[in-house]
Amino acid sequence: MTSPMLFEPNRPGSKDVAWCPGCGNFGIRNILRKVFAELNLTPQEVVIISGIGQAAKMPHYIKVNGYHTLHGRSIPIATAVKAANPKLTVIAEGGDGDMYAEGGNHFLHAIRRNPDITILIHDNQIYGLTKGQASPTTMLGMKTPTQPWGVFEEPFNPIALAIALDASFVARTFMGYFEESAEIIKKAIQHKGLAIVDIFHPCVSFNKINTYEWYHKHTYWMEDHDPYNREEAFKRAIETDPLPLGIFYIHEKPTFEEQVTAYKKDKTPLWQRKPKLGQIKEILEAKKGF
Amino acid sequence: MVEFKEDVSIVLGGAAGQGIQTVEEILTRVLKLSGYNVYANKEYMSRVRGGINTTEIRVSSKKVRAFIKRIDILIPFKRGVLPWLQNRLSENTVVLGERENVEEEFMEKITFVEVPFNKMAKDVGSPLYLNTIAAGIAVGLFHGDFEILKKYLMKRFGSKGEDVVSKNIEAAEKGYNLGVKLCEEKTIGIDVKKDERVKEEVLLSGTEAIALGAIAGGMNVLTFYPMSPSTGVAVFSAQHAEEFEIIVEQTEDEIAAINMALGAWFAGARGIVTTSGGGFALMSEALSLAGMAENPIVIHLAQRPGPATGLPTRTLQSDLNLVLYSGHGEFPRIVLAPGSIEEAFYLTATAFNLADKYQVPVIILTDQYFVDTYYNLPEFDLSELKLEKHIVETDENYKRYLLTEDGISPRGIPGYGKGVIIANGNEHDEWGDITEDEELSRLMQEKRAIKKLMTIRKNAMMPELIGSEDARYLVISWGSTYHVIKEALESLRRKDIAFLHFKWLYPLPDAVKELLEDKVLIDIEQNVTAQFAELLKKEFGVSVDHKILKYDGRPFSVEEILDALKGVLE
Repeated sequence: MTSPMLFEPNRPGSKDVAWCPGCGNFGIRNILRKVFAELNLTPQEVVIISGIGQAAKMPHYIKVNGYHTLHGRSIPIATAVKAANPKLTVIAEGGDGDMYAEGGNHFLHAIRRNPDITILIHDNQIYGLTKGQASPTTMLGMKTPTQPWGVFEEPFNPIALAIALDASFVARTFMGYFEESAEIIKKAIQHKGLAIVDIFHPCVSFNKINTYEWYHKHTYWMEDHDPYNREEAFKRAIETDPLPLGIFYIHEKPTFEEQVTAYKKDKTPLWQRKPKLGQIKEILEAKKGF
Repeated sequence: MVEFKEDVSIVLGGAAGQGIQTVEEILTRVLKLSGYNVYANKEYMSRVRGGINTTEIRVSSKKVRAFIKRIDILIPFKRGVLPWLQNRLSENTVVLGERENVEEEFMEKITFVEVPFNKMAKDVGSPLYLNTIAAGIAVGLFHGDFEILKKYLMKRFGSKGEDVVSKNIEAAEKGYNLGVKLCEEKTIGIDVKKDERVKEEVLLSGTEAIALGAIAGGMNVLTFYPMSPSTGVAVFSAQHAEEFEIIVEQTEDEIAAINMALGAWFAGARGIVTTSGGGFALMSEALSLAGMAENPIVIHLAQRPGPATGLPTRTLQSDLNLVLYSGHGEFPRIVLAPGSIEEAFYLTATAFNLADKYQVPVIILTDQYFVDTYYNLPEFDLSELKLEKHIVETDENYKRYLLTEDGISPRGIPGYGKGVIIANGNEHDEWGDITEDEELSRLMQEKRAIKKLMTIRKNAMMPELIGSEDARYLVISWGSTYHVIKEALESLRRKDIAFLHFKWLYPLPDAVKELLEDKVLIDIEQNVTAQFAELLKKEFGVSVDHKILKYDGRPFSVEEILDALKGVLE
């Protein structure tokens, strides 16, 4: 096992973490360091593509390759990074607003596309960076500065949605359970195909309802659940209180990279390739005739 | 007898789905292989069936590459074609076809030659053979090589069985014999010279040249969301994806398309998106990310008239401002616009090297007219292509955004070397980590928007000057109007007028200014507000003296340019 210390960034200024004291993001970072080390990965092999938001600042606080992109756009970028170089371990990371609101369309279509990447959603059920507006997963009735009458839009159920779309790997955890979360994320990264992990974590500054205590009280671990049974998985997915945690659903199927024409014969990452001028010549030759 | 010399313009008109394109394909390929120079371009309506679509095919003794208004021979497949084309008809226009397809009021304005297409087709066995008969007649008029026509039909219909092949050959022969007969009877006289060298040339469209140029430039990933008239590049690439071992992916929207292309470049591959104005509008967010993260990207934008959905299947050059100013914040980009099919090939290949070298968005502007045009041209010299990769192996202390004199930081990619790459759309330090530091914010803005831009400007391509540097008049244009203007100027035969064509639109090298001084400047563009003239004013403080603009969604014709120039010169 590599040392978790290997993933400690040593760049000047990178210790100036922008997360609030007590934020769940710290816990997720620690889990990631442990998981990367247990999987014997090196910082050079891992890429975290993040969107915008507090969760999306992850690439700056952990030593792996990173691309801090735009709000909601991490998934298409991560998909292409994996497709361009399947040797990399690629993670798309962001918050609930990032993945389910701004990036909702990409989330849906990534499931259809099934790239071998892991999507980690830091789900604190609120917009933190923009100071406390409702997110797609904010609970009904919660009052916020911009929803002073209380949220009346139905919360987004990413788990049920992902299972409905027959996603390859669907899980939910609460970062307060360190070991269990690490196990789930490890399995997600090891899973061949798109792995979605919705990670509950409190926003200590703006969400006074979904606190550490609340998550402990309102969640439970699924036992004797068969993740290969889609109907059972769906039944669990629509439970509301308490909310089940664990791996809901697994469906092994061909990945995007396995199916694109680029790798049918040759597994070399795309950046090492040269244009096939001989074939261009053949096409031009054919264009002389019919 | 109506006689056509040197250069004949044949126009086919009919409803979408009537098979005009089949006739066009047979004609251009068979005539080219018979040794004639050919050019073709089409205009079509935004619908799947019905309406009126037309194709112009020029057959000539010498190379022809431009749209002309004149119609020498018109073959209408339905009523309504003549009224649709009435501005292009003259007494010399020979209309070949059924009487019922020619409106009574046109009978005296054109030369009508009745050809009972339908009856001839039924004689062969089915009205379906009408297209082949029409193609046969046209080939016959030129005394094209019937054996080639036969071979073409065998190849095209081979999969449909022997009966279909033999019926098509029979239909073609009937048409061909009639074509020859019309010449022998001196109804129509055609005098176009063959050139053996043409047989060895390639017949290529703007669309194909862009796609092949991208592949030649090392493109590994093409992402797109379908949008006319840009989709052809994706279609061609997808059909050849397997042999070139590239990824062609149709995404959920244009936003995903460009972000995927960015991801491909970030990981060291070469990505392109093909789109049109409306799609590009959605991409402007990611364009800005490319600017900030210094992420290379190549974008092909096939222009069509806007705003919004505009005229979806027609042509305009009105997205120059969009690509010049798109994206929030300040960052450099390179804007290119090929004028010929050869240029489209080489320039697109070069675009990938430029994006790689300068780590900026490179936008290739074409338009509907350009992508739908094709003609015969000498085979490309592939040895001229140079694949310039600018990826460095990183060390442990690698800094993605190293501050350098020329504004270019060596670009590493994940997994190559000992370093880690932190790319960032936020303002960042040299490592790539977020910063709000005053000094660094200023230095990074200057690095991107000043230093890097200056470096690109220094190495920018000069426009092509045709004619004398001392000419009193200077015509200025960019992109797809190249050949139309060139042909107009050739027929104008005046030594006091030169032509400056831009294929590299931005940033412009300083030396351009000297070319513009002490001249009567005539700007020719296909948009309402003379966007390129405005750019010249902004960059060099130079005002053009005359503007020749067209913006009805149709391409400039050689005649229109000629008339407009005469108006300006006299």
